[in-house]
Amino acid sequence: MTEPGNIVRVSKLTKNFKMGKMDVEVLKGIDLEIVKGQYISIMGPSGSGKSTLFNMIGGLDKPTSGKVYIDEVDISQLDAYELAWLRCRKIGYIFQTFNIIQVMTALENVTLPMVFAGMNNDDAVQKGIELLDVVGLGDRFQHKPFELSGGQQQRVAVARALANDPAIILADEPTGNLDLTTGEEIIKLLKRLSLERGVTIISATHDFKMLNVSDQVVWIRDGRVDKIEDRNELSISVGQIDDRG
Amino acid sequence: MDRQVVLPFLKSLEIAYKNLRVRFFRSMITTMSLVLAIAFLTFVGVTTDIINGMLDSGNTEAHQKLTQSGYDIDSVQSRMESDVKQRWIIMLSLLVCVVGIVNAQLMAVTERFREIGTMKCLGALDRFILRLFLLEAGIQGLAGAAIGAVAGCFFALLNAFFRFGTLFLTGFYWSDMAAAAGVAMGVGSLLSLIGVFYPAMVASRMQPVEAMRIEH
Repeated sequence: MTEPGNIVRVSKLTKNFKMGKMDVEVLKGIDLEIVKGQYISIMGPSGSGKSTLFNMIGGLDKPTSGKVYIDEVDISQLDAYELAWLRCRKIGYIFQTFNIIQVMTALENVTLPMVFAGMNNDDAVQKGIELLDVVGLGDRFQHKPFELSGGQQQRVAVARALANDPAIILADEPTGNLDLTTGEEIIKLLKRLSLERGVTIISATHDFKMLNVSDQVVWIRDGRVDKIEDRNELSISVGQIDDRG
Repeated sequence: MDRQVVLPFLKSLEIAYKNLRVRFFRSMITTMSLVLAIAFLTFVGVTTDIINGMLDSGNTEAHQKLTQSGYDIDSVQSRMESDVKQRWIIMLSLLVCVVGIVNAQLMAVTERFREIGTMKCLGALDRFILRLFLLEAGIQGLAGAAIGAVAGCFFALLNAFFRFGTLFLTGFYWSDMAAAAGVAMGVGSLLSLIGVFYPAMVASRMQPVEAMRIEH
């Protein structure tokens, strides 16, 4: 039934939020399969539920019904320890607001997940410096976040997401707080990492710059999957993209 | 493979220490009420030691000095009463101190919601967060109590010197003062830990999404 290449599988996923006394259905039954090593963009207008879907895939929130499988493991069956392990080793998170820990240096930010993973300090520092080098911040590892620009902070976040060689990188609007050029650089960086390291990148976005590098685009509308387009279909329909908002 | 995330104790100590250093001013404010309460506690303890020492020494000159400064040395009853009153004041000051710490720590936790959420996304367990907060509070408690104890001793000695001259040294033992300071330090560390416990629980139980949703 399932192809072995699926890293993420979402089945009949729904999520309700309580707004006062009303139940608001944010996700209304999402089915999705994401193949290993691909660059996926989840697109949709604000309020379409893409961030919610994103949080479910990342194990940050529990679905109301339905299942999320990461590497064919149902994450609702995991206890707190296993979930923490999953977040630490399997998934790397990148956020719109960077979420670099302000009181730590760039290097300490990158090594923290490795410390959680049980790596010894010297190895973690060495790997941290290598990763910062990969994202182009090799000479700034001792800097504190407030000494870095937004783009540089996001690079630190990318390096941190890669710390434990995760299978998946989840990026929630990674370019949302960046200007055009810096955003483009981050997108290129993510694409390069996806190709070089074979890591699956899932990115919730409404940045159309993302479309050029995506292997697959999942359009979410009103809590449902509106359309899934592969890269080759995209180039044909690219003229209509502007209409989609 | 062992599917366990870890945070070695030394590393948590390092993180806690760095957190305090970076937020030095903030930590100082949290610690300040503790310093004052412990200084007061030590002051009262040491002063009581000094006066009791003078009473028990049987030195008539010392007794005269005490009477001059308003102590009724003949009545054991009054000594007991002032003890009870003092104890109430001390209890109240310590209570106020704990409330102050809880308040300051709750603020500190709120400021750090995002940081806590981020750490959880990186794989931190609830107890890592709890441990970090308890360690920070422990360090703050020890440092604050130490400063408070030293200040309390200093002012108690100074006060005694100005009231009784060198006579205050009759029947006074330095070991008594050290004991009083030690007790005060223990109490101070304990208060700091009690004060942080609830805020730390709130912080550690937070779901990562909730932490991320909060806008700053």
